[in-house]
Amino acid sequence: MRVLYFAWLRERIGRAEEEIEPPPEVATVGDLAHWLAGRDAAYAHAFSDPKLVRAALDKRHVKPDALLAGAREIAFFPPMTGG
Amino acid sequence: MDRPAPFAVRVQAAPFDTAAEIAALSGDGDVGAVVTFCGLCRADRSTEGAPLSALILEHYPGMAEAEMDRLIDDARGRWPLTGARIVHRFGRIVPGEPIVLVVTASAHRAAAFSAAEFLMDWLKTKAPFWKKEERGAVGDWVAAKVEDDTAAARWTGR
Repeated sequence: MRVLYFAWLRERIGRAEEEIEPPPEVATVGDLAHWLAGRDAAYAHAFSDPKLVRAALDKRHVKPDALLAGAREIAFFPPMTGG
Repeated sequence: MDRPAPFAVRVQAAPFDTAAEIAALSGDGDVGAVVTFCGLCRADRSTEGAPLSALILEHYPGMAEAEMDRLIDDARGRWPLTGARIVHRFGRIVPGEPIVLVVTASAHRAAAFSAAEFLMDWLKTKAPFWKKEERGAVGDWVAAKVEDDTAAARWTGR
């Protein structure tokens, strides 16, 4: 699946998007954040405070317990500050 | 000439023309009230150190438009609107320049005022935009405000 990162998550990870193939035990959005955080120090830094990480599946806001099954695109980003 | 769509959202780098957006929602005799809110980039000299020289706005293309469309749908379910538009800019914006425009139209002013406030409150917490402050050579991401969540939450009990 395609993963997008925005704002300081993008800066900490050092890329705006990538294709990933998580193992089958990664079932939810929260699982995926935890799996990504285990990749290296940059990802660990980006996902270090779960309270400051929001997610969207196929361009809709979701909670960490949302299932990934069937989604093509996931985005991780900090709380929004537009307007 | 085709009538412009009364319900629309746009995300763009360029400044917007507020008068044109109002004209697009003024209808042909059925509209009694048009309310506009325009959010501007503020220099913010209140903090120590260099004043803000610019805001850099990042957004999630596709989702930003989709979220703003969903907010307008929600507002239409609450108030009898004849039109609503949201225009949000991205990129580098300097103090004094506009960032966001919300325009609502209705037969009477109460619905237009309420819907404009509702759209702005939810835009702040739901639309995927992020601001980075440029102060001299330093750039820092703006942290989300608890007050924005509180402002949005007061609409949920209705």
